Amino acid sequence: MAAPETAPLDPMAPLVARVTRRHHDAPEVFTLELEPEDPGALAPFAPGQFNMLTVFGVGEVPISFSGDPVDQNRLVHTIRAVGPVSGALTELEPGAAVGLRGPFGVGWPMAEAEGKDVVVVAGGLGLAPLRPALYRLFAERERYGKIVLLYGTRSPDDILFRRELEAWRGRLDAEVEVTVDHAMAAWHGNVGVVTTLIPRCSFDPAQTVALVCGPEVMMRFAIAALMDAGVAADDIYLSMERNMKCAVGFCGHCQFGPVFVCRDGPVFPYARLRGLLALKEL
Amino acid sequence: MEGLERIVKEHVFFADLTDDFCKLVCGCAKNVRFEAGDYLFREGDPADQLYVIREGRVAMELSAPGHGSMTFQTVGEGEIVGISWLIPPYRWTYDAKALERIRAISIDATCIRRKCEDDHDLGYELMKRFVPVIIERLHATRLQMLDVYGTKS
Amino acid sequence: MTFPRKVVREQPTQRGLMGSEKQAILDAEGLQALLTALKARGYRVIGPTLSDQAVIYDDIETLDELPRGWRDEQDGGHYRLVESGEDRFFDFVVGPQSWKKFLHPPQQTLWRARREGEAVTVTPEPAEPERFAFIGVRSCEIHAIAIQDRVLIEGPHADPHYRARRQDNFIVAVNCARAAGTCFCASMNTGPKAESGFDLALTEIDGPEGPLFVAESASAAGEDLLGELPRRPATPEEVAAGTAAVAATARSMGREMPAEDLRDLLLRNLEHPRWEEVAERCLTCANCTMVCPTCFCTSVEDASDLTGQETSRSRRWDSCFTLDYSYIHGGSVRSSTQSRYRQWMTHKLATWHDQFDSSGCVGCGRCITWCPVGIDITEEVRAIRDSERDPVSES
Repeated sequence: MAAPETAPLDPMAPLVARVTRRHHDAPEVFTLELEPEDPGALAPFAPGQFNMLTVFGVGEVPISFSGDPVDQNRLVHTIRAVGPVSGALTELEPGAAVGLRGPFGVGWPMAEAEGKDVVVVAGGLGLAPLRPALYRLFAERERYGKIVLLYGTRSPDDILFRRELEAWRGRLDAEVEVTVDHAMAAWHGNVGVVTTLIPRCSFDPAQTVALVCGPEVMMRFAIAALMDAGVAADDIYLSMERNMKCAVGFCGHCQFGPVFVCRDGPVFPYARLRGLLALKEL
Repeated sequence: MEGLERIVKEHVFFADLTDDFCKLVCGCAKNVRFEAGDYLFREGDPADQLYVIREGRVAMELSAPGHGSMTFQTVGEGEIVGISWLIPPYRWTYDAKALERIRAISIDATCIRRKCEDDHDLGYELMKRFVPVIIERLHATRLQMLDVYGTKS
Repeated sequence: MTFPRKVVREQPTQRGLMGSEKQAILDAEGLQALLTALKARGYRVIGPTLSDQAVIYDDIETLDELPRGWRDEQDGGHYRLVESGEDRFFDFVVGPQSWKKFLHPPQQTLWRARREGEAVTVTPEPAEPERFAFIGVRSCEIHAIAIQDRVLIEGPHADPHYRARRQDNFIVAVNCARAAGTCFCASMNTGPKAESGFDLALTEIDGPEGPLFVAESASAAGEDLLGELPRRPATPEEVAAGTAAVAATARSMGREMPAEDLRDLLLRNLEHPRWEEVAERCLTCANCTMVCPTCFCTSVEDASDLTGQETSRSRRWDSCFTLDYSYIHGGSVRSSTQSRYRQWMTHKLATWHDQFDSSGCVGCGRCITWCPVGIDITEEVRAIRDSERDPVSES
């Protein structure tokens, strides 16, 4: 095999993108819209994939796409300020430069879900990686069976993407439930753990694809509830989170048993991770 | 009475209850309504009724000085409000407030406890329906305690 | 050089080797000629040297720099060089370093970014166009290089730095004539004889007047180069002596990995009490991962000048034994020692198969030698294996 004439793309070198918009969603949570300086250099992203975002001089973190996949020129990322890099990202003002590598990873099984009922279970910030899938589900509504969205978060103040949730909830062709762990009396919505909503929803478990994203404990309980409802392990997909440094399988950090979360995931059918999720400190 | 029996039999909580047991339960039951904002009961009151919700949602609240009222769970159609009637001292440990207009079956706790005592088969049958509710709430409480959505500091 | 010339010279015009002459004999002078010829061809020649009381791979020009007459004593947590009293070049086995020091260096700048006004330019660090010739690569190390190739260049993405450093390597293998106390390549099927993945392989044998090398080429480049060196055809006795020496090495391995399906064994024992037991000894010092020739994990660090105009990212070797390795916001996934040891060992011996279709262990024994408390990967496997055996059915 002849060596390529031109230098191959360095998977570790970021492109430069600019912040075009910054929106405060919830305490510590911000959504950034980015525009690459050279839009042609990026492959289109699929729901569930992620980018590696760099604040120059600070560092790099993996952040899922949270925007509409129809609009490929607007790269939308919803970020919680939890560390030095994510903190610095959320402080960037429009015009600021960001390093960007991606898109990486295996996303949600949008094609496999066609013709089936789709149950989306999101917890906390886990709604962000699911939002591109939800945009797609509603944009191509006729391709799917029933759509159920169950979203749980800590408190009413922490609810993300209220505008979209309200719009989807207003639809007659979807079942959308939002629940919070606790609320002041002024909140008239549901209070309780999101997994308890699963048995109350109507879908055909034999013809269902479930998309789950949230804290790992919440996902474990959601999977249990989905399987109790009769959904097969093959049809339950979850998005995993692990430390990622390279996003291309070189650095080793994101290993979860046999898989590299960055390359083989972050979205996995539960059947592939069954047995691993219950192990401590794997 | 026939109408109530039908309502009880059709309610998901009492699904597959035998006719005999259904009659025994209905002997202690009645249809009730609450308007939004009404309290089904308040913390500290004797737990002399339990409610099987047919329609609407109920918020379970706890108040603390300086914190106001905090809702820790909401329940709706097909679910139960109140398990404190099962065990002494039969006292409510939270407030239950109607978030919407509520239609429910109210069951007299003293009446149903006596019937369960007299007929352990009925008691066991009802326990099998109430224990999962208790377990589910215990699980939910654990998850809430973990505060899984929060950021650790 | 004090060696008498015993080797029959080829005519300088005659290039290449006849098929019947695949195995040639080089003497010390021939070996020196090999180093010189490689340098003349533009290679950076790296070989074993004596430094810091260990065998260290470094730039070499002459045979004098090789640890001639030295051998190593290795055991769990133990490494000593001793004078062997024999005039042999390659009687030591592997030291603390491996060739990954050159192919996948401990520190590598990935890119630099420069800000001028509003404009930011990212410049990937150019891959170094170095051509390495490695002298004295052992069979286990050839396997280790092949394993790192699978990780870093044969997957869906390729690391340009590794690829550049790996390109046009000239590998001179040395078949081990001695096994160290911590060697177990024979039980990993990775040695002691180099079967492929080299340009030239040398087997050191004792000649009447000093060490000789049975040389064998396995590539066009190797054959070409060998054809230029002062040499003579090997006699059947010399070939047999070399074969016997390597066979004796295979029989004298200091350690042995149990012949089990290690992947299945470990994956069905992820909650074995042995992990807790080994954790009581393991210091999580990460030595085993630093000396391992296949461990490839890295972390990245960003740096910035005081004005923030120039920033850069570099990567450095990292280890699954550190807490930071598995850090996700809020804490480390693997906070206990046992979980980190389990990650290292199950990755090496079990999940590596899932990821790269081979074991991640080549049986070089470095992790045993350089473990400050002498934890022995073969012993840990054996402990788990033996715990599954029904003592009654053992005969």
